[in-house]
Amino acid sequence: MTDQAYTFAYLDEQTKRMIRRALLKALAVPGYQVPFASREMPMPYGWGTGGVQVTAACLVPEDRLKVIDQGADDTTNAVSIRRFFARTAGVATTEATAEATLIQTRHRIPEQPLREGQILVYQVPIPEPLRFLEPRETETRKMHELEEYGLMHVKLYEDIARHGTIATSYAYPVKVEGRYVMDPSPIPKFDNPKLSGNAAIQLFGAGREQRIYALPPYTAVVSLDFDDHPFTASKPGHACDLCGAAHSYLDEVITDDAGGRMFVCSDTDFCAGRRREGHQGRLGGQA
Amino acid sequence: MNAQALSGGFAEAPLQSARAFRAVMEAMARPGTLHEVTGAAPPAPLSVAAGVVLLTLCDDTTPLHLAGACDTPALRDWVAFHIGAPLVPAPEAQFALGRWADLMPVNRFAIGQPDYPDRSATLIVEMPDLRAGGARLTGPGIRTEARLTLPGVAAHQANHARFPLGFDLILTGDSRLAALPRSTRVEAE
Repeated sequence: MTDQAYTFAYLDEQTKRMIRRALLKALAVPGYQVPFASREMPMPYGWGTGGVQVTAACLVPEDRLKVIDQGADDTTNAVSIRRFFARTAGVATTEATAEATLIQTRHRIPEQPLREGQILVYQVPIPEPLRFLEPRETETRKMHELEEYGLMHVKLYEDIARHGTIATSYAYPVKVEGRYVMDPSPIPKFDNPKLSGNAAIQLFGAGREQRIYALPPYTAVVSLDFDDHPFTASKPGHACDLCGAAHSYLDEVITDDAGGRMFVCSDTDFCAGRRREGHQGRLGGQA
Repeated sequence: MNAQALSGGFAEAPLQSARAFRAVMEAMARPGTLHEVTGAAPPAPLSVAAGVVLLTLCDDTTPLHLAGACDTPALRDWVAFHIGAPLVPAPEAQFALGRWADLMPVNRFAIGQPDYPDRSATLIVEMPDLRAGGARLTGPGIRTEARLTLPGVAAHQANHARFPLGFDLILTGDSRLAALPRSTRVEAE
């Protein structure tokens, strides 16, 4: 069997139509989780089956695809999904955020601001923000219907009671256009402000949980908080050790067994771009 | 069935429907923007854009309502051959196709349920004169404001007032399309 034996972008046409109809309804009701008949994909659940199906339904042959996993272009998940679409859709790929027309992401929003015409597809493990507070789907659906989100504020309040601050640091719940509470997927809360007013179309796919939701461009997205405990987009208090960036999200890397560590940008394209421009961090000369 | 019904579909469905969907999605995500589509040659009086939308989104799982002037034997045959959508009365339709006047009264169409607002109709409205200018649109997908020629501003305001319930519109004219989701606020010019 050759690569040409696949239809464009792997999925059959009827499946793509079903996903496309769900995407349109998701865009019409921002933040609402649209059920869809998720298919088995040639990769295990948890590896982005939802994101891959959304990407497959959106791709056109002219697209330039970028795939990132925790900000990195060169990790297993990102490489395998990028190769999957290079094979089954024949699309061009890139690691540069600015050149990409469609970006599939696992758990990060690129540091470089997105522009009109770009699409950001998120891989979502648990789409229901209320799931760990209320395990029954019948109940959480009713809570969304009635805008009954008090439980989420109780959870954030319990954070404050126990830790003194809101300790939720990723998958931080947001409210979309003053209506639906939405899980932004497990992005660090550092990325939450980029959800709001973004020029790109943001699509969220959860394969195992069979849900699709979306944020049209320039949608108002507010991170939940309290007047006396306002939301803060926190990050480690360091600069990148490679490129010196002070305002990017950082990964901590253990470098030896004597307590040595370094902090590096989680967005590899952003970090490499800065180093090409001559920026250098604490360890930039050695790495 | 006449032989004409056999032509006018996508020649290369995977690629043409992908490009067409991208245009429809951009339209739905950015209400009021106009997008060119190609690839369908449906029988009169249907526009190219409406034909493309049907071929891209509808199949044998989507009940379709043909309203008024669009409910012709030639179009029924074309839909039967290329799409296979069951033709149904307005209240059961997932998609409806027609001129705005033929779709009236629009309160016949599904607006979803409070717990499943996605179970609502999408109306494909054939427009004689689709262009920017006219009613003022604001809301998700629109940076400041957009302008679009719209029939029946009051009906869209009533539709938006029920958010998250409501139907969504895809407006088609010649080879151009635009969209108006229920989330958009509409004001008369």
